[in-house]
Amino acid sequence: MSLDGTVGAAPAHPTAPHSRPSALANLLRLRELPVILALVVLVAVTAALNPLFLSEQGIKDLLLNATILMILAVGQTLVIITRNIDLSVGSILGLVAFGTGSIFVAAPNLPIIAVFVLGMLFGAVLGALNGLLITIAKVPALVITLGTLYIFRGVNNAWAGGTQYFAGDRPEAFGNLSVDTVLGFPVITLIAVVVVAIVAVYMLGTRPGRDLYAIGSDPDAARLFGIPVTRRVLLAFVVNGLLAGLAGVLYASRFNSVGATTGSGLELDVVAAAVVGGVAIFGGSGTVVGAAIGALLLTTITSALTALRVDKFWQQAIVGILILAAVVIDRLASVRAARKLRMLEARNV
Amino acid sequence: MTHPADHGIEAPDPTDPDRTSVLTLRGALKTFGPVVALADGTVELAAGEIHALVGENGAGKSTLVKILAGVHQPDAGEFLVAGQPVSFRNVADSKAAGISVIYQEPTLFPDLTVAENIFVGRQPKGRFGLISRIEMRRRAGELFDQLGVPIDPDRVAEGLSIADQQIIEIAKAISLDARVLVMDEPTAALSGVEVDRLFAVARRLRDSGSGILFISHRFDEVFGLCDRITVMRDGTYIATHETGATSVEAIVREMVGRDIDALFPKTETEAGDVVLRVSGLTRPGVFHDIDFEVRAGEIVALSGLVGAGRTEVARAVFGIDRYESGTVEMAGRPLRRKDPRAAIDAGIGFVPEDRRKQGLVMDLSVERNAALTLRHSLARFGLISGRAEREAAETWGKRLQVKAGSPEHAVSTLSGGNQQKVVLAKWLATDPKLLIVDEPTRGIDVGTKAEVHRLLSELAGRGIAILMISSELPEVLGMADRVLVMREGRITGRLDRAEATAETVMHAATASLEASR
Repeated sequence: MSLDGTVGAAPAHPTAPHSRPSALANLLRLRELPVILALVVLVAVTAALNPLFLSEQGIKDLLLNATILMILAVGQTLVIITRNIDLSVGSILGLVAFGTGSIFVAAPNLPIIAVFVLGMLFGAVLGALNGLLITIAKVPALVITLGTLYIFRGVNNAWAGGTQYFAGDRPEAFGNLSVDTVLGFPVITLIAVVVVAIVAVYMLGTRPGRDLYAIGSDPDAARLFGIPVTRRVLLAFVVNGLLAGLAGVLYASRFNSVGATTGSGLELDVVAAAVVGGVAIFGGSGTVVGAAIGALLLTTITSALTALRVDKFWQQAIVGILILAAVVIDRLASVRAARKLRMLEARNV
Repeated sequence: MTHPADHGIEAPDPTDPDRTSVLTLRGALKTFGPVVALADGTVELAAGEIHALVGENGAGKSTLVKILAGVHQPDAGEFLVAGQPVSFRNVADSKAAGISVIYQEPTLFPDLTVAENIFVGRQPKGRFGLISRIEMRRRAGELFDQLGVPIDPDRVAEGLSIADQQIIEIAKAISLDARVLVMDEPTAALSGVEVDRLFAVARRLRDSGSGILFISHRFDEVFGLCDRITVMRDGTYIATHETGATSVEAIVREMVGRDIDALFPKTETEAGDVVLRVSGLTRPGVFHDIDFEVRAGEIVALSGLVGAGRTEVARAVFGIDRYESGTVEMAGRPLRRKDPRAAIDAGIGFVPEDRRKQGLVMDLSVERNAALTLRHSLARFGLISGRAEREAAETWGKRLQVKAGSPEHAVSTLSGGNQQKVVLAKWLATDPKLLIVDEPTRGIDVGTKAEVHRLLSELAGRGIAILMISSELPEVLGMADRVLVMREGRITGRLDRAEATAETVMHAATASLEASR
């Protein structure tokens, strides 16, 4: 149903008048529309069947669960839009989370804000490492970050060994970030929302942000246009690392223990969130807001299925179906648009 | 379509010596290794004129355009823009000098909106230093109003017709204050209405003082639109004429201008039974009502300009692309649509235009490539033995005189001519009844070219039917027993060896559709 709307709203005829599109047409053209609809339907159905789902605590849990994935998905979106990918984010998060635990043990009196800055810097350095390897060695990001996924994880294992840091090792104020609320929203969720907003404005409203879309849309053409492709791609990886670092610090606040395996396997959830949120895996289109909603949808599904007492094993399969649905909807829309155009041109011959 | 009489009143007087030259290229030389792509690139473009550049495929027009665009740097020659000598290191330099090139298929960013495509990298800024979409949309709208073309600045570029993409490139050129607009075969992919619209835009730009270099194969357009015509042949400047003072016949003579008949003699063979029969093949928007047959021992050339739909027909016959209606028969038996395996089994071999992309697996060895189509017959119990592969490759490599260091070397190390021989070997090993060759000698040095021709002739002599797509007139006239000429997806000429001359083929390839009906 949303499919028809999306395709129909795009003016396919070359001589369509260039009046300002209506607000409704704009809404129907939104790539994020399917994921928003899915989220609304999911929440509505679950709440109808289990009223506790939308209790104050229920909402708070939903948001808390989504926060870290949201931040990671925003960073990943920057990278994917440039037609790259970063599979090492789970490992970066793990290293930073364990580092955060270590810092509090080594320097218990360090201000919390300093810990945040250090964690983000650490993540940015790791991201820069990815970016440099990719832009200088000109090896596909998939391969490089697959490598650094294992390298970072290996370093984490060697560093942590069997050590784990627990909530008790950290200042109470730090842990409270994940407990306290402002206007009903957990503090760390508000941090995530601010991150989404800043990055969204950057991507929408600045030339470097738009350059990232141009690069992912057609890298060769971007180079021809004099866009500094290498610098921009590097920037995307650095920011992604920085955000993964932020997520790592927040992880240490939110969860009881951090150790050698923290964040393992998270990278695929992150990519899934971005794809479900309408970010094209080959770059060039999608928004960080979409990716953030995608993250919210993925974590909400898990909670909803639990609330509906669906077997845990089914939950992963349903996430998989969602990913395929997102891709198929996208593909169908573009195929239909292309066929429409070809027929139109055939008639003009 | 417009007529020559349409212009002339307000058009500037080209003989006026005071008229300023916006761009002058004199004696430009460009070589790629031993190949001379451009020996004497010369063109002088005045402000307020539309100047046509014509020549056969391979006459050096594209190289000249790429020099103007800053893609290639000339090895020698004089290059002036607005009277000042220039040397462009890259595309950005050329753009900065006020030259905009509009290619046959523009490169837009498919995911960005139309307005953003125009202003990419220099989007107007508004409050807080952020990009102002409203301003960007307003300016794009103004440009389209100025051009008299309604395009929605807010839609994404993906799915835009080629005509609209060109208009967007022109809008971009205007917003960059380009003084020189180069259009490289802009009309090849446009419909009649779209061509008229493009010409209206071009005339408006000319009247506002821009210089436009217009490259086209269509004489009706050249004579209808352009003020002067420069002819090139074999990488060399031939002449420049006032449009009013010359004729289509005179221009064609200058474009062809050499004795062709003696170049590539094909040995006479008796044509045998019909091997391939194609009837009513149609794919809307690509090709229409294609009927022809190829007999055993015959070389049939599919001629026409680049983009006329020749390759598309060949791909449909071989089953790579689909078609909506029509039939393909091999030796009287209908061939399944969209099934290359069936085509191979029925005895068709296909040597594609782009060897690197479609004909060879560049990183595999010569023997592997040569044996690629044989996998079924070489396999024992489902496994392919290396020895059988080597033997098959050796047999054919020897016959074709492929010069490779070792059959185990990767194909990418061979010269273009030898790569082409490996592709031929690959298909000959399957013992085909019909061989489709698409531009068999493109990018091949002269010596090897003759060898490829000798080979094709020999194969025809052995009773193989050959369908040859070629853009090189001498090759077509020298090799083919019959010539089919395509234009805009239709066959517009069927010529016997005796009837086929440079003039008749060129005429069928460029005459307007109305005239050919």
